This record gives sequence, structure tokens and C-alpha cells, in this order.
Amino acid sequence: MNLPAAHLRLKTRFFTTLVVLSSLCGDFSLSCGMRRVGPLLTLSPLAYLRAVLNPLVALGISLLILWLFLHMALLSWADLSYVLPVTSIGYVLAALAGRLFLHETISAGRWTGIALITAGVVLVARTGGHRPEAAR
Amino acid sequence: MRWLLVMVIAASTTIADVAQAAAMKSHGEIRDFRPGAIRRLLALLARNKLIITSVTALAISFFAFIALLSVADLSFAVPATAASYVIETVLAKYLLKEPVTAGRWVGASLVACGVLLLSR
Repeated sequence: MNLPAAHLRLKTRFFTTLVVLSSLCGDFSLSCGMRRVGPLLTLSPLAYLRAVLNPLVALGISLLILWLFLHMALLSWADLSYVLPVTSIGYVLAALAGRLFLHETISAGRWTGIALITAGVVLVARTGGHRPEAAR
Repeated sequence: MRWLLVMVIAASTTIADVAQAAAMKSHGEIRDFRPGAIRRLLALLARNKLIITSVTALAISFFAFIALLSVADLSFAVPATAASYVIETVLAKYLLKEPVTAGRWVGASLVACGVLLLSR
């Protein structure tokens, strides 16, 4: 493999990791925050304003803004049909983190889901990610 | 109500992803990550119609997502995206003209099935 292609591959992997981590931490933070804020089934802007003033919700939003920038950067050289499946490894990590840290049980069906996602991610990751012309 | 929110999330994330990918593809690979260059890039992207569409759709999807999180667990919110893996892969091929190889089709389908199973 030539040097620019190897460099682009490394860059793709680095940004994919950051995209996954920012989304994972952002969703977790939002989920904890919204549980404290309580039900939000209204179109009243005030209720949403109150929600985003919760520190955990605010942290979650900041992480998701960071995610947006990283995701946009990654899509400037990598295909959507690569980025989308590969970043789904976040679901696997979230499930494993739930088992490790929150002692949640993982049923046989959910283990099958984890195996399918992992297989899908490995398959798509092997396609490289970037358009052939981007490496030159 | 829950399933309505799920549908709103699926539709708006699909629009957000495809518009964002189209905009970034036409911009080309970002190579300069110095603060000044990032500032100029953000100023440029903030005026891009596709990026504005994408961010608007993302905001709709976000508020629908936190509304859903307030009445359901994260595991209920997640399958909203399972269908979007297949829809977005189809759009990537026909709208964005990406080289969607057999590996990517099979991979995206496996991920969609896996996400459905995992969220149960």
C-alpha cells in the first residue's frame, strides 16, 4: 500500500473512533439527564429550555455538537455507506459497558445482536471506506 | 406517541445524514486541522444549504429523541435507527453514487438485524 493510502486509512480509523466515543458519551449523558428532568411530551419551548439547562443534558448536547463536527470531517473523505455501519459498533460497546459497569444482563437474543453487528462492522470495515480517488 | 416519535427520528436522521454526506463529498477531504482553517471551514459550511438542511433535520431528530428518552428507555429509542441503515445505504448508492459493494450491503443488513435484536 502506498503512503497516502495508508495515511488516509489511519485518519479514517482515528476519526471513526472519536465519532463513536463522542456519540456514546453524549447519548449516555443525555439519557441520565432526561431521566432526572422527567417526561417531556409537549411542544412548549419552555419545557425544552428547562431540559437543556440540566447539566447532564447540556454536557450531552456539547458532546453531540463535537460529534457533528467529527462526523462532518469524516464524511469529507469517507463514504456514508462505510461510516454508517462501522460506527454502529457503538451499540455493542454500549451493551458491553452496561454489563460491565451497571451489571445488566445480556440475553441470548441480545448476544446474537452483538455478534451480528460485530460481523457487519468487520465486513464493512474491510471495504476501506474512502473513495479510490481520495487516496491519490 | 412513542412510535410516531420513532418515525420522526428515523426520517429526520436519514435526511440529516444524506444531506451532510452530499455537502462534505462536494467539499472534499479536510486536510488542515489548524484552528484558523477550522474557523474558516465552519464559516463556509454555515452558509451551505445542504449543511443548513442537515443541521435543521438533526435538531428535529434530537428533540424527538430527548422527548422519546423522557418516556422510554434508551433501548426503545435505538431501533428507530435500525431501518435507517438499509434506507441510507440505498440512498448512498443512488443519490450519492457511492460504490456500495456486496460487502457493504451484507454488512449494513447484518448491522440492521443486529441493532433490532440488541434493542429487545
